[in-house]
Amino acid sequence: MAKREISEINAGSMADIAFLLLIFFLVTTTMDTDTGLLRRLPPPPEDINELEKIDIKQRNIFEVLVNANDQLLAKGEYIQVTELKEKVKEFIKGDPSNPEMPEYKDEEVPIFGTIPVSKQIVSLQNDNGTTYQMYIKVQNELIAAYREVRNERALKEFGKSYDELVKLSETSETIKNQADAIKAIYPQRISEAEPKAIGGAK
Amino acid sequence: MSKFRKNNSKGQPAISTAALPDIVFMLLFFFMVTTTMRETTLKVKVVTPKATEVEKMEKKSLVSYIYIGEPIKSLQGAFGTAPRIQLNDVFATKEDLFQFVEMEKDKRDEAERNMITWSLKVDQDTKMGIVTEVKQEMRKVNALKINYSSKKTDRIVD
Repeated sequence: MAKREISEINAGSMADIAFLLLIFFLVTTTMDTDTGLLRRLPPPPEDINELEKIDIKQRNIFEVLVNANDQLLAKGEYIQVTELKEKVKEFIKGDPSNPEMPEYKDEEVPIFGTIPVSKQIVSLQNDNGTTYQMYIKVQNELIAAYREVRNERALKEFGKSYDELVKLSETSETIKNQADAIKAIYPQRISEAEPKAIGGAK
Repeated sequence: MSKFRKNNSKGQPAISTAALPDIVFMLLFFFMVTTTMRETTLKVKVVTPKATEVEKMEKKSLVSYIYIGEPIKSLQGAFGTAPRIQLNDVFATKEDLFQFVEMEKDKRDEAERNMITWSLKVDQDTKMGIVTEVKQEMRKVNALKINYSSKKTDRIVD
């Protein structure tokens, strides 16, 4: 052994070390991005007396009540959650000839100009004993109803669903206007009444 | 002839594993980048309900969490089974929400303070009473943008 070379460092265990780290990160990682129903709470009432003043005609309100037994009452009718969406959709779309359906009011809408817009409001009231699961189900159906009505209208007017319009609204000004127009025709008005504790559950 | 024999005795050369560390490192970096460590230890049991209309939370840094549910099994002896609110790492009452909201707002830049989303992670079996109390409290402190955390599903069932 006259010629003595510097021996290479054995890199065979590098893979093992890397694997060890890899497994650590695999275990600790949480890939779940939080998903959920985004809602906006109404700002606090400035004046308690003001609450009494707001007076809306009965025909403009779609009342949804949920009691402590998770039963649903929509516009005075006892229904199942699965039936709720169709009923709400019908209400949001409205019918100018039907005196039971919400009134119309002329409003400025992009692209369409001034057109009559339904004065619909969906009012949701739950009991303190309602389970959270039921509450989310009802909220979900209400949001779904609005979304579907918007989609149908957008598809009819512009050949694209509202979801697509929103997705593409970054790319062009016209599409953004189209999306805004649909949103203005069917504004999402979900009002939550002050809760009551009738069911006695706490 | 002897040439062939020589070759045979060598056999198949071993597959080179020199690139293995590279591959593993690539995976490692991927997970290192995507990972987010859990910041809080849950003291309440939270199984979020399922919904079809869920949206993804866009900016994680602008989300603050409020957990509501019954205490986990190991804490039920001390705290009972009534649903509780958890803020950060501790149990709280609805009176603590005000301070919590202010602290969370302080953590963010001034420009972003009004863009914070308050994600309510509520157990599906919780009664609405406590949730409503929290909601009313949030209204009072002007934390209005909330998110009812729920999992994506294709169809809701009764």
